[in-house]
Amino acid sequence: MKRLSFGRYLLPVYAALAFLYLLTPIAYTFAFSFNDAGRSNLVWRGFTFTNWQNPCGAPAVCESVVNSLQIGVLATVISTVLGTMIAIALVRYRFRLRAGANLLLFLPMATPEVVLGAALLAQFLNLRVNPGFATIVIAHVMFCISFVVVTVKARVASLDPRLEEAAADLYASPRAAFWRVTFPLLLPGIAAAALLAFSLSFDDFIITNFNSGNTDTFPKFVYVSATRGIPAQANVMGSAMFLIALIIVVTGQVLAARRRRAAAT
Amino acid sequence: MTAALVVGHGTEVAGARRRSRTAWLLLAPGLLYLFVFFVAPVAVLLLTSLFERVPGGPVGATRPAFAVSNYVDAVVAYAPQFGRSFLYAFIATVLALAIGYPLAYVIGVRCRTRPLLQGVLLVLVIAPFFTSFILRTIAWKQILADDSVVVSVLKTVSLLPDDARLTATPVAVVAGLTYNFLPFMTLPVYASLERLDLRLVEAGGDLYATPISTFRHVTLPLTMPGIVSGSLLTFIPAAGDYVNSALLGNAGTSMVGNVIDSRFFRVVDYPTAAALSVILMAAVLLLVAWYVRRSGTEDLL
Repeated sequence: MKRLSFGRYLLPVYAALAFLYLLTPIAYTFAFSFNDAGRSNLVWRGFTFTNWQNPCGAPAVCESVVNSLQIGVLATVISTVLGTMIAIALVRYRFRLRAGANLLLFLPMATPEVVLGAALLAQFLNLRVNPGFATIVIAHVMFCISFVVVTVKARVASLDPRLEEAAADLYASPRAAFWRVTFPLLLPGIAAAALLAFSLSFDDFIITNFNSGNTDTFPKFVYVSATRGIPAQANVMGSAMFLIALIIVVTGQVLAARRRRAAAT
Repeated sequence: MTAALVVGHGTEVAGARRRSRTAWLLLAPGLLYLFVFFVAPVAVLLLTSLFERVPGGPVGATRPAFAVSNYVDAVVAYAPQFGRSFLYAFIATVLALAIGYPLAYVIGVRCRTRPLLQGVLLVLVIAPFFTSFILRTIAWKQILADDSVVVSVLKTVSLLPDDARLTATPVAVVAGLTYNFLPFMTLPVYASLERLDLRLVEAGGDLYATPISTFRHVTLPLTMPGIVSGSLLTFIPAAGDYVNSALLGNAGTSMVGNVIDSRFFRVVDYPTAAALSVILMAAVLLLVAWYVRRSGTEDLL
């Protein structure tokens, strides 16, 4: 009886406390996006919708968000294409130096960001390249590739190779078999990888800070302005991103649940 | 395959060669990219770490040399920061596991019969990813600030001495690190708990094992891969982090990341920054290799 109550109540209460820990700063950020803040958003000065109605009221916030979105999209597209190609090769083909390729993909994930950032900056300084928008994209693609490979690889490995063989038996050329059979089956994995790459890129600060020169991304803008006061519009942007992502994920969940139910009946 | 058998050995070898050429066509662009923007930069970093400063030259001027003394100097001068980096990252990893494992267990095992609740809770774990982690860390800084509601309430009920503070302490830095990387711990652990076959746990009970020993001998070994990747995803970034220390700590909590950052940008001392980076990378890689080997999950990737 004692064991039952332990499992029944203690664990959910513990989980609820963990969620409180996870979500408190988000609630705080959200609440202070409605603060009638003025210059520094430190003290509660009253409720207002102005910040949400005028998210570009602090122009630097909007500029940095636009930069982050552009960098995120570019880095996601490039790293998803490169990473997907590698993932397919790793699972489907035998080739020499396989262990070497695996090591080369593992190392960027096992290296602290500050080292990756410092190394790239040393390289750019060495080549006399001025850090800016392009170098941020280059850096983001570099650290996203490995994560794309890991995500897509899991999907490729779970594919039934007999499906491709069936396509070949039905006289599909290898190219047609890939684009009509393999690729559509890989799409959910590729989409998950792209989502991961985008969120890694959009939220990256440390590597970006090393390789950004005068270009501001959203995290960098927030960090730099932390000392002199963050405009409430930054909270609006953070909260809006949160809501948009939440809507996307929840919609996906609901659709998946509906499909499961349809498949079950 | 049948065709190859009929036509004979020669075509099969040609086919294998063609297949391996396709493999390299797929691999080449990505691996080349990593060579140019990961391997080469690390090599440059290694070289830079051996450069020496030009005596009497302008700020930041260096020249090629083989100054191994950079490493000795860096270790001697910044041993406390190294110690803190690894200590804080280790404590944060243990705490994240202590918080994340039960959390993942509730979502992955207890909520199995209720998929909708499971989905919602999972979204709540991923949720922090979508608000910038810098914004969230600054939110903590303001929530725990000296004049904040939390601190004044704690002081009124005498849980906190009148002169105590929560920010600018090592505790705040470790709590911040734990907070920031908690989802990275929870998600891989959840992934392995979600696949856990509950019949094995029941079998443990049927064989008169206590819940604790069932957990130790059945559940824990089966979820080891999740624990290993979760702790790597927490420890590696935490060891190199400087944001939490910069925002939630003070001069006495500075970690290697803070030193590398300031050597690069404020002091413009590239050789020392590079030497510190190389040491950090080597130390983390050694620890990771040892940990992966010890826990017997080499096929993690």
